[in-house]
Amino acid sequence: MGSGRLYAAVAAGGFRRYATYRAAMLAGIFTNTVFGLILVYTYVALWDERPHLGGYDQAQAITYVWIGQALFKTLGISGGGFEDELMERIRTGDVAVDLYRPADLQLWWMAADGGRALFELFARGVPPFVIGALFFPLALPGDVAAWAAFLVAVALAWVVGFAIRYLVALSAFWLIDGTGVVQMSWFVGWFCSGMMLPLNVFPGVFGDVVRMLPWSSVLQAPADVLLGEADPLGTYTFQAAWAVALLAAGRLLQSLATRRVVVQGG
Amino acid sequence: MTGSESGFIELDGVEKVFEVRKKTGFMKRERRRVRAVDSISFRVARGEMVGYIGPNGAGKSTTIKMLTGILTPSAGRLRVAGIDPSRDRRRLAHRIGVVFGQRTTLWWDLPLVDSYRLMHRMYRIPDARYRENLDRLVELLDLGELLDVPVRQLSLGQRMRGDIAAALLHDPEVLYLDEPTIGLDVVSKARVREFLRELNAERGTTVLLTTHDLQDIEQLCKRVMVIDHGRLMYDGPLAGLHEAGESERTLVVDLERELPPIEAPAPARVVRVDGPRQWLAFPAAESAAPLVARIAAEYPLVDLSVREPDIEAVIAKMYAEQADRAVS
Amino acid sequence: MADTVRASAVRESAAPGLPGRVREGLRAYGLIAVMWIRSTMAYRASFVLTTFTNFAVTGLDFIAILLMFSSVDALGGFSLPEIAFLYGLSSLAFGLADLLIGSMERLGRRVRDGTLDTLLVRPAPVLAQVAADRFALRRLGRVTQGALVLGYALTTLDIDWTGPKLLLMPVMVVSGGAIFCSVFVAGAAFQFVAQDASEVQNAFTYGGATLLQYPPAVFAQDLVRGVTFVLPLAFVNWLPASYVLGRPYPLDLPRWVAFASPLVAVACCALAGVAWRVGLRSYRSTGS
Repeated sequence: MGSGRLYAAVAAGGFRRYATYRAAMLAGIFTNTVFGLILVYTYVALWDERPHLGGYDQAQAITYVWIGQALFKTLGISGGGFEDELMERIRTGDVAVDLYRPADLQLWWMAADGGRALFELFARGVPPFVIGALFFPLALPGDVAAWAAFLVAVALAWVVGFAIRYLVALSAFWLIDGTGVVQMSWFVGWFCSGMMLPLNVFPGVFGDVVRMLPWSSVLQAPADVLLGEADPLGTYTFQAAWAVALLAAGRLLQSLATRRVVVQGG
Repeated sequence: MTGSESGFIELDGVEKVFEVRKKTGFMKRERRRVRAVDSISFRVARGEMVGYIGPNGAGKSTTIKMLTGILTPSAGRLRVAGIDPSRDRRRLAHRIGVVFGQRTTLWWDLPLVDSYRLMHRMYRIPDARYRENLDRLVELLDLGELLDVPVRQLSLGQRMRGDIAAALLHDPEVLYLDEPTIGLDVVSKARVREFLRELNAERGTTVLLTTHDLQDIEQLCKRVMVIDHGRLMYDGPLAGLHEAGESERTLVVDLERELPPIEAPAPARVVRVDGPRQWLAFPAAESAAPLVARIAAEYPLVDLSVREPDIEAVIAKMYAEQADRAVS
Repeated sequence: MADTVRASAVRESAAPGLPGRVREGLRAYGLIAVMWIRSTMAYRASFVLTTFTNFAVTGLDFIAILLMFSSVDALGGFSLPEIAFLYGLSSLAFGLADLLIGSMERLGRRVRDGTLDTLLVRPAPVLAQVAADRFALRRLGRVTQGALVLGYALTTLDIDWTGPKLLLMPVMVVSGGAIFCSVFVAGAAFQFVAQDASEVQNAFTYGGATLLQYPPAVFAQDLVRGVTFVLPLAFVNWLPASYVLGRPYPLDLPRWVAFASPLVAVACCALAGVAWRVGLRSYRSTGS
């Protein structure tokens, strides 16, 4: 299992690399807490007007906010993971070197992003959540099983999030300036994952469609598992289906891109 | 308004102390005061061309940053053309030119000439003078065909020439160059050196350059200053530096297989062996040809290369000899 | 030698004192901003795409508000057009600040990679050079989007227009933009001290702009006090807009505070300027 050790080392590197930026970590906790505060107050106002909106009571809505702040950076909902670096390597052509490594490009970056996500979950995700729990009444489950189910959903959410960002990053093979695509993906990710408003509040057919999109498995899915609003197994199936589909799309795009690099390089 | 001719650049006991926070644990940090520049004094006359050399982290760029007004000295007195750089940064900027070897100030996506037009406006260079300077620099640095090329398409050497021209459009009286030949090919290096020599000789521009390349110094500077650990270790003619650290070149030889150290004619000698590769040191002043011929005749030679003496080696030797002298 | 005759008299003609510095700064800003616009135009298709993206995606948070109003009729006592009014003013003011000096949030990166030094050897104020860095017209997308929402609000609301109210509209946008600009500058000054902490300013810029999209009644009194007296974002739109809409003021403040925005903006800019000077001085003495 030599390759397993390789990816573990890459993941550990990703973890350590983010752990060196202490000021960035504190800044992130602060910012997530402020955004959480603003959202909590708007949600309180919203649920005051319409109790049980989207099937949540007020405590659940507030809990949803802090889950969102905890997962925002961890899952790279609006970017901020490996993709800037990968795009830079594609732009400068350094990626050709990566392709000759005895490691799979997708797995390599996935491992690195996994290390980062694990660090950010503890360093940047947990603190705002704890702060939220201290100052607001949250609807949290008391049993360990529910938390374990939540963590599994978070892990799957990370895979889906990674797969989306990997596709975005690979677009750099075809676009000279990927700023537009990256920005679009940030905002779409932010909106369609339910960072701004839980997806179960989205009305009508529009809501039905958004809830079927991959982004809904990033935040809405784990949140509903923790809030006891969704059946874990059904949620996992939904998440896993998107994960497999998107990772496969990433592989397909990767092989197209590789052929392109090889042709250009030769 | 300028200082006396003997002291166009004047440093008297200049110091720069940084407070460095070093990470010692996950949340623990240790504060430490680092003397990056430690009581340096020297004078550079108008029209001199001086090499400022030293190992990485010796305090070279800290000194340059103080001379250009980027950093404020912690102590001491510093004047460039009679101006206190840190107090009068923007007035000084009109009279100095700076080239950062590894950081281009040219506009990546725009034709080269657009960067020059910006300098024209930003430095308020009178139109006639700008035209005249641009024409002269374009000719001397051979930039004619590059003016309309976006900077991102220029080679490293072309970009360096472009950067040097950008730093000179406003007729600075002194030019600071930080590693101007780093990463350049032999032809580009020669061209840059030739230009600097002319600039200094014909226009009397004072030049201060930092470099790792001993050849830059040998070909350009009569005077060399060596800095290490923030202190000025040597200030004098290049010849004296050679005396202080008789430099050697290195011949790297790849043999077909692992062999015992090559028996080379003195003073050449093997200094290192690593598998089939061997390193031989020989005096910098001597030609490598006889040595190569001899080895090729007697050993199964696969490949070879000659490495120029580098500054760090010279400085290391200089220290060793100073220590010897102190003992005897 | 003729060459030694320097044109120093011409070069050093820049007027001294604060007005001279401001004029110099604006001139340098203009020169650099034009260079960036021309650089962007080297990739014209990408420019069109990113401008459109910027316009479309900055509107997503207004769509979220529309979604909220598909379930409720009022939020914090404000109707949809009234919230659109707040939203439009907040987006417009923030969008203008972002357009003008939004790249200042990259200062920490410039400090880390050492490229700030290349600006310090130029004969122009560093603040102007940093502010103009990566000037991007695509940020007009947010400004346009804010203006459109404001336009919607103005056509839907039945405002009893008077002279002072009409006057307050442009005053609000300009003062609000200036207040957000001062937040950007102060945030950049902070990055001289903590280069990796650029995210902190997002809490005040993006966070502040989001906060101001909702009526003050939504938020806890202490938070409202904080953004009125400590970081006076309330003067961007909450207070003047309360006057225009004829709504009760937050914190029972006197009526005249609606007209205090320009003064608050000037004070904020002055403080941010001081913070910038302190930050730059600390950079020049520590080099990090």
